[in-house]
Amino acid sequence: MKLAYWPGCVSRGFTPELHGSMHLVAPKLGLELVELDRANCCGAGVIAEHNQEMADTLNARTFALAQKVDGAAGMMNICSTCQGAQSECQERLDADSGYREHVNSHLSEEGLSYERDGEWWNKNFLWLLVEEIGLDKLSEKVVRPLEGLRIAPFYGCYIVRPTKRLGYEGHPNRDKYLDFVIEILGAESVEYAGSHKCCGFPVITMNRATSLRQAGRHLADALDAGADCLVTPCPLCHLNLDMQQPDAAKFVERDLDVPVLHLPQMVGLALGFEPKELGMDKHVVKTSDVQRKVAELAAA
Amino acid sequence: MSDFTLKIRRYDPESGEPAFWHEYPVDLPPERSVLDGILQIKDREDASLAIRCSCRAAICGSCGVRINGKSALACNTRISDAARRAGPGKPIVVEPMGNMPVLKDLIVDMDAVHWKKIMRVVPWLLPAGEPPEREYTVPAEAMIDVTQSMACIQCGVCVSACLSLEVDPQFVGPAALAKAYRFVGDPRDGQTEERLRDLAEDPHGIYDCTHCFACIEVCPKDVAPMSQIMRLRRRATGDFEIKDSNNGYGHERGFVNIIERWGTLHEAQVLPRSFGEGSFVKGQVKPSAVKQLAETLPTALRGLRSGKVTPKKVIVHPKLPDQARVRKVMHTIESKPRLELNLYIVGDNSGEEQGAMAEGSQEL
Repeated sequence: MKLAYWPGCVSRGFTPELHGSMHLVAPKLGLELVELDRANCCGAGVIAEHNQEMADTLNARTFALAQKVDGAAGMMNICSTCQGAQSECQERLDADSGYREHVNSHLSEEGLSYERDGEWWNKNFLWLLVEEIGLDKLSEKVVRPLEGLRIAPFYGCYIVRPTKRLGYEGHPNRDKYLDFVIEILGAESVEYAGSHKCCGFPVITMNRATSLRQAGRHLADALDAGADCLVTPCPLCHLNLDMQQPDAAKFVERDLDVPVLHLPQMVGLALGFEPKELGMDKHVVKTSDVQRKVAELAAA
Repeated sequence: MSDFTLKIRRYDPESGEPAFWHEYPVDLPPERSVLDGILQIKDREDASLAIRCSCRAAICGSCGVRINGKSALACNTRISDAARRAGPGKPIVVEPMGNMPVLKDLIVDMDAVHWKKIMRVVPWLLPAGEPPEREYTVPAEAMIDVTQSMACIQCGVCVSACLSLEVDPQFVGPAALAKAYRFVGDPRDGQTEERLRDLAEDPHGIYDCTHCFACIEVCPKDVAPMSQIMRLRRRATGDFEIKDSNNGYGHERGFVNIIERWGTLHEAQVLPRSFGEGSFVKGQVKPSAVKQLAETLPTALRGLRSGKVTPKKVIVHPKLPDQARVRKVMHTIESKPRLELNLYIVGDNSGEEQGAMAEGSQEL
């Protein structure tokens, strides 16, 4: 399946292991990724907070670039925040042809235009795994079932709310997909209070206490529920849950030390890639316990 | 008629007993509400079960609860939908709203949290100048901007769902901030800037919202409180240039400036620009910025040690190949009056009037 691929800013910035692992697993899943290397930042909600028309135009530009990719089934992102920010703009663009025309007029000099088309889609890798590849097909590709690993899903707000905007009417189980994927890869999905809550990242520069109390609480809940690690389809969640974890631990006054995997890393482990290839050494919280368990699986 | 099971969290402070769960059978047609189920239990099983309710039609806003963990009005939630969300063979779980103390069973103390926060934002008009001889008048179209926030019925369901409040009980919260926009957006109010400055400077004000969409998801009246908070931020930074000490202004300006320059996010510059009112230089020389940067040093070092962050990445960030065009688009939009888009999005093209540019959107 050929896809217009929007990696986002953070996967090429502070979480290079996400972009790297996605590139590694894509061919094994039969995905041909055409990277949108001329596309701009989605705005992460911050540009919309500044000026909605600006955010809508910047994302219309990305959509237009994606629509120009010949033979692409659709557009894929690997960031919950990109998904949410882009879906918000797409909703406004799709709702009104007059507004769409107005926004497209800003892009005409570049020869770009976003066309509303009921068939065209922009999906996070998580949604794509379940809806386009399918869980059955995914399970056929598993060469190393992650048996014995207890993995806590962390979705990221932007792909679970608001359900009306995010296509839950047509796909009511989107808030369970991460659990489905964990289970189909042979691991055990851990139920805990924080799976669909906020990691706190959006306010890390504005209210550090609120931000890190959120991150710390969810990590602690996952740990108490017996998780070996967390997995998330959002690199911003990853930054707050992994890179900030030592500080988050201080805010909740306890030891945490729980690794946080990116979704393509977890998929990659089950597809037979080695942790190192998947960039699992590039985490702030060491993934060695998970690596050891995976190595035992391989030996077994 | 169908059989449903409601699992309700019971608590009576006068009993001296801790809270407990109890399951009750309910026999109702599937189109009836969870509130109808609760009232049937009161009628047939246990008259002591406490719930606040009145209109049964999502108008009075009394019967806020959590159903299967999701905050909602019990009268506005179909019992068959709740059963479906609970999953096959599982009871519908009903508990009191979150973020507020429980008084008894499904009744929470709205005064202690919700109403106190509403009062915090001075929820009445503060007009400027001498009062007119007769009533204050205003053109109808000028009020469209605040109709969405006026739709609030004060049910507290968003307060119950708020994920910032969960970790910071002092957060002013979604309902009160939506109410604040109702007056900030009212052309008759004479304290617009003062209101915005107050809420921007409060560490628990508009910049304590973590943008999680929980309030938008649960609001039974589509008030979209988080969108109102974003409008408050837009007014504070865009219209009044309020350079708050919470870095709200700096974060927004810094982010936009980075995209204007590079097209994608130069992450290493987000913190200094946030601390320096959007400016990279100010973020490294302003005393308060230097102090904050120093505090984040351990995080930066951890990033470097892990290999996530490299010295090269900190210094150099590639520009998009067509960055001049991206910049031009941003400048064009910035130079025009800002569009405030209609927040009542319907999401289909069937009626053009219902789109983003329809009534309710306006140039500010």
